[in-house]
Amino acid sequence: MNQPVLDVRGVSKRFPGVLALDDVSLTVAPGEVHALVGENGAGKSTLIKILTGVYRPDAGDVHYRGEPVAFGRPLDAQAAGISTIYQEVNLVPLMSVARNLFLGREPRGRFGLIDLARMNREAAEVLAGYGIDVDVRLPLRSLGLGAQQMVALARAVAIDARVVIMDEPTSSLEPREVDTLFRVVRELSGRGIAIVYVSHRLDELYQLCDRVTVLRDGRRVHTGELAGLDRLGLISLMLGRDAAEVRRDGLTGFSAHDAGDVEPILRVRDLSRAHQLHGISFDVRPGEVTGLGGLLGSGRSETAKAVVGALGADGEVTMAGQRLTRRSPAAAIRAGMAMLPEDRKAEGIVPGLSVRENIVLAAMPTLSRFGVVSRAKQDRIVETFMKRLRIKAASPEQKVSELSGGNQQKVLLARWLCLHPRLLLLDEPTRGIDVGAKAEVQALIDELAADGLAVVLISSDLEELVEGADRIVVLRAGAVVGELAGDDVTEDNIMTALAQEPAHD
Amino acid sequence: MTEATVKTYAPPDRIRPARLLQDYGVYAAVALLVLFNVAFTDNFLQAATLRTQLVQVAPVVIAALGMAMVIGSEGVDLSVGSVMALAAAVLPLYIGYGFWPAVLIALVVGGLVGVVNGTLVSVVGLQPIVATLALLVGGRGLALVFADGQLKGIKDGTLLELGTGELLGVPYTVLIAGCLAVVIGFVVQRTTYGRQLVAVGGNRAASHLAGLPVKRVLIGTYVLCGVLAALAGVLATARLGASDPSAIGNLMELSAITAVVVGGTPLTGGSIRVLGTVAGALLMQLVRATLINHDLPDSAAQMIQAGIIAVAVYIARERRTR
Repeated sequence: MNQPVLDVRGVSKRFPGVLALDDVSLTVAPGEVHALVGENGAGKSTLIKILTGVYRPDAGDVHYRGEPVAFGRPLDAQAAGISTIYQEVNLVPLMSVARNLFLGREPRGRFGLIDLARMNREAAEVLAGYGIDVDVRLPLRSLGLGAQQMVALARAVAIDARVVIMDEPTSSLEPREVDTLFRVVRELSGRGIAIVYVSHRLDELYQLCDRVTVLRDGRRVHTGELAGLDRLGLISLMLGRDAAEVRRDGLTGFSAHDAGDVEPILRVRDLSRAHQLHGISFDVRPGEVTGLGGLLGSGRSETAKAVVGALGADGEVTMAGQRLTRRSPAAAIRAGMAMLPEDRKAEGIVPGLSVRENIVLAAMPTLSRFGVVSRAKQDRIVETFMKRLRIKAASPEQKVSELSGGNQQKVLLARWLCLHPRLLLLDEPTRGIDVGAKAEVQALIDELAADGLAVVLISSDLEELVEGADRIVVLRAGAVVGELAGDDVTEDNIMTALAQEPAHD
Repeated sequence: MTEATVKTYAPPDRIRPARLLQDYGVYAAVALLVLFNVAFTDNFLQAATLRTQLVQVAPVVIAALGMAMVIGSEGVDLSVGSVMALAAAVLPLYIGYGFWPAVLIALVVGGLVGVVNGTLVSVVGLQPIVATLALLVGGRGLALVFADGQLKGIKDGTLLELGTGELLGVPYTVLIAGCLAVVIGFVVQRTTYGRQLVAVGGNRAASHLAGLPVKRVLIGTYVLCGVLAALAGVLATARLGASDPSAIGNLMELSAITAVVVGGTPLTGGSIRVLGTVAGALLMQLVRATLINHDLPDSAAQMIQAGIIAVAVYIARERRTR
């Protein structure tokens, strides 16, 4: 192998309470397309931020073109030739394509004024070289996302980048746009530009990448040729499960339920949404925990959100025999559904309000008379649930933002449980909460299902999913690729389903 | 573990003064100014002086109450001044039908402006500052069209009485402003709508997922703000004894925002301080009166007001980064 253009040696980065990167190394040769993979919290974004000068490493160093470097800020990294393409294009949407392409290095004419004609002409030439035919005088935002990505790429190359880091570049692209992007990536690699490619779509990695580095929990667990690693092997590295020795007896507090042949309470048919969901169908029965399995970006959260009407989607959702026509979170709640969202901070808690008000938020109309809230009714409910879920707070009047993550999660669970739902959708209910609270939440899920509640469980923690769910619907790239029940619910089987070659169309 | 993490962010001895200042600073400032005036301003405690101060501040308080709710929803309403002008312009047109119909129509006009604002914000999805800017400009234009660009004297006895009369020595306008503060305080603290409003302002995505009627709450809030602004316009017209749509409510949106911010309501939404807003309006009024009484020019008063706003915003920032 030739001299690596980028050489990361033993880099560590610590944040308060977590070791985000632990002695991670990564080498990328000129012209190589290097895949960087890992689940949430594996340390990918921290590593990228170190490479681009957003963070400084606590230990270890980064060598670029043979020299040790320490970028003080993102601009320095860019000037040195390390460009980053994020999933959301970070250019100036209202400026013209040409201006974006030449931002900061516009061709000058007389009196130091920008030579517009030349800039537009050159921009068109550059883009045509990548097979993109657009009017470069149009504002960037009038282009499709794919074309915008291409402009970002062209800009990166034009400013003489040696390394291009691509973070989930295809997550919002059409298949046709993806093809163009891949062509450009291959061309760049042919010119000796090194590419660090981050994606959760395994198909893309196998199409595009030469080598792969797998991160897990801040550590590098594998680096090697991608061709020598099959899908199952890659997935088990990412999830930290040895495909051969998966144990049945887990560490979680779940037990099995037998829903038998009970009528499903929720029927989902052909749920579809452009780029994200492709004809998802499944049933959920009362008294049973139905798991939604899949890697990051497989459409698990989107499915849950579409079911409760928080995300627009086509298809049928039937709850207790009633087809939901005008879908909205309010309608879903009336129909007896409740969803615990994945992002507790952004979509769950109302930080300025007290524990009490956060718990009664959804139930408030039923705890009021003539539009005036009844404190007595609220206090009763709040007291019941704070006891039942063992919510640790100084008082119900404490601000919810002052609680720990686990207690915030319990507050949100209380918010939904006090509506007495018949179906509970839980998106990553134990993420980011401490071990004790985790076990409590798991036990609670178990108890609720035993009481006859229908539960949909989404979890990236494979062990939690296998232990918790009685049935698992496996999703990949927004489509159902398998359904496991009974004794078939094993980590092995989930990984096998995830690793299947996609059906070619 | 929770307590430990909270403490590491800011030791209690540092967090408390900042928090106390945020929570009670505006009341302390009002109290200090009153004491200062009692000591150094001639005739301050005389009924006539106090009365003038309160009568002047009443329309600001009423407009600021609506503004506080809109700001609590993570929005802002720049059109309150124009709504006052609209209400003033509508009054003489319908006063022929009697006092109550004319006032009612003026309030309905304010409510309609609120419907437009609220719809632009919650349904169309415009940013509040842009949505209400349209009616800041257009509203006053419309008011001038209604009024033919003229100042019109008011002859209706009831309306004039509203502006100058009093009950047990308290002017009607002050009485109305006081009652409204109590009512709005109750609405915000104790009604389903009020709590939903605070939740929507605090986290709109979460409120939507919790099934709250986000659009209805937002539109309702802008309507309420519009009606309150219209009422302020009616009272201002009554006190002036004339409808002057080119002058009434000028820059009122800024006075109202100032009162709300100085009163400790964060611009980021999710919290509404009704009493603080009243105190904020009083404080700004007292500052100006004090400086003018002590022969400082109006320009100096304005600069000091600017200083107070800066301090208030700084204190609010202190709390957010806690």
